[in-house]
Amino acid sequence: MTEKVFTKEEWLGTLETLKESYKLFGPVKDGDFHTFMPLDGNKKPDFDYENTRLSPKSVIYPESERMFEYSLDESEEDAHILKESPKDYSPCAVLGIRPCDAQAFQIVKRNFDNPEYQDPWWTQHFEATTLVGLGCNAPCATCFCTQVGGGPFHEAGLDVLLFDLGDRFLAKGITEKGDALLEKTAGNPADDAALAAAEALKQPARDKITATVPTDQLKDKVTNELFDAPFWEEVAFACLNCGTCTYLCPTCWCFDIQDEVQGNQGDRIRNWDSCMFPLFSLHGSGHNPRADKFQRVRQRFMHKLKYYVDKYQNGVQCSGCGRCVRYCPVNIDIRNVCKLMNDFA
Amino acid sequence: MLKYTEKIRETAKRLLAEKKVDVFIGYRKGTVPMMNEPLLVNHPDKVDPLYWDNFCGLNLCNYLTKRTDKIGIIANGCNSRNIVTHIIENQIKRDQLYIVGIPCEGMIDHRAVVRAVKFKEILGVHQNGAEFTVKGHDFEETFEKNKFLQSNCAVCTHRNPVIYDEMLGDPVDEQTDVNPYSDVEKIEAMDPEKKQGFFTRLISRCIRCYACRNACPLCYCPTCFVDESTPQWVGKSVDPTDTMTFHFLRAYHCAGRCTDCGACERVCPMGISMRQFTKKLNKDTRELFSWEAGLDPEKRPPLDVYRPDDYNDFIK
Ligand code: SF4
Ligand code: SF4
Ligand code: SF4
Ligand code: SF4
Repeated sequence: MTEKVFTKEEWLGTLETLKESYKLFGPVKDGDFHTFMPLDGNKKPDFDYENTRLSPKSVIYPESERMFEYSLDESEEDAHILKESPKDYSPCAVLGIRPCDAQAFQIVKRNFDNPEYQDPWWTQHFEATTLVGLGCNAPCATCFCTQVGGGPFHEAGLDVLLFDLGDRFLAKGITEKGDALLEKTAGNPADDAALAAAEALKQPARDKITATVPTDQLKDKVTNELFDAPFWEEVAFACLNCGTCTYLCPTCWCFDIQDEVQGNQGDRIRNWDSCMFPLFSLHGSGHNPRADKFQRVRQRFMHKLKYYVDKYQNGVQCSGCGRCVRYCPVNIDIRNVCKLMNDFA
Repeated sequence: MLKYTEKIRETAKRLLAEKKVDVFIGYRKGTVPMMNEPLLVNHPDKVDPLYWDNFCGLNLCNYLTKRTDKIGIIANGCNSRNIVTHIIENQIKRDQLYIVGIPCEGMIDHRAVVRAVKFKEILGVHQNGAEFTVKGHDFEETFEKNKFLQSNCAVCTHRNPVIYDEMLGDPVDEQTDVNPYSDVEKIEAMDPEKKQGFFTRLISRCIRCYACRNACPLCYCPTCFVDESTPQWVGKSVDPTDTMTFHFLRAYHCAGRCTDCGACERVCPMGISMRQFTKKLNKDTRELFSWEAGLDPEKRPPLDVYRPDDYNDFIK
């Protein structure tokens, strides 16, 4: 396990070296918000940030990804044959990812990479990626990672964890992948003062998270009773069925597959989809099993807080990042809905 | 503004108790600063969460579409104009509604507040008259409300409800010295290439979540053209052409109907000013047809009438 310290300038400097081995992504100030962007050209990462508005899930799971290409030109021998589109699996590293967002990849992994099913593109992108986390010295009021199995300095899911010590960063390798990345960096071996300072950050940060979001009863609820609970209409009233909560969420994974054809050339693309959209569940027959708004809202919460819990026996499908709480335009707060579900008798 | 909260609760309680309405639609105070949640109350004992402040920038008319019950609803200027448009377009009947009017002094632009405190986390916002105070972990700052209005509110000329059954306060003075279209004029003056560049940049961050469409009371089509799949009119990936198609077409569908309530912009998670599209069409309908949407339930909107004796030459 490698532990190194860098002054902040050294850290930024060493990123230039890392660019030789990795395609780097980092939080870049983009208008009013930060966004994870490829650090190419003169894009500078800014590690003095709370969290990005869009989660970094797109690094591994792009909003639109070309899966296959095909030709409709009958004169060609391989007309109508799907051929996999070339993809870039060269090593990349996400710098400054928050522990909740790294944990989110673990949550999503149970869906995209399990014994029954392996999504070829998600898994390969994931394997090519090294996650360099940045612990949260000052979690936001909307954060609740500690309530869902994580924490401001939670290591699981990360390859490296950075501690912001004010004028320096302490980098701690967590996995072999992480150590391999740190080997390519400058920096000095961590001194005792740095290690102690890093340790001292943990508890105060945890204490800043005051939300209580109990999830302990969810697994014992009878699915159909929760499904028929009387509160769904009320929970859903204000919802606009926009896709904001699902698109911003690091643990939402649903996609839609579309063919786009221009002339004789076709692409098969997968795009993020959202259970909030009526089209999401529209059958070819025209029937829609979730035709009403409240059914779609119920689906989002039932999936995250009940179906996932039962299927994978590994907690909820939420890493407590708080994005949906902050950005839902009508303030539907998952922390309150989770309480309603957990307390439902 | 806060003074209305008590009045709203009393009124809702009375209307529900007297069975004048089956339900009452208003706001509840949000769980995060500067965010309020639209709320439906169906019993006189449940009116206490009702709340009103300068962050009620959504459009409650959105929640009326095709309801069949008798509804009490809060309406400020723009919301009342959308209610009128809803009545004209047969989305709700006038006699189903009990409209509780609130003279409006403008909603605060929450994004501008976040910028003003340099993106530090805001833990609470308190209003006191013409000022409001923002608190965070290690700061407290007071601002003048009028400098932080949503951009549509800053140029609004219909702050008082245009239709109501009861008013909760005295009418406010309407603004007369504002030019609502100075931003549109700037775009109009650009050459086509510059315009193209401007619009491309404007929507470059759009993630096609459709929050703007869904927050808009005008966008009540059972299936939006972007959601049609047989046939499919618009591609679903984040291709800029498809995104542009969505924005242009939606704006055209709102021509002569949009009240510039600002709900679309308020809800966009990416902070996109898509009102730049709808405003141009508002300006056009004003210049070509002397029309402003939602002022009179008895008048048909310009784009759904044909008159052989139309005074406009270009239409003949
Ligand atoms: S819960 Fe909020 S963010 Fe999610 S679809 Fe509904 S209105 Fe949009
Ligand atoms: S459900 Fe909300 S809080 Fe949970 S991971 Fe998704 S965006 Fe974050
Ligand atoms: S709300 Fe914003 S991001 Fe979503 S579709 Fe509209 S403009 Fe695009
Ligand atoms: S287009 Fe935007 S400003 Fe116009 S009525 Fe709809 S939500 Fe309001």
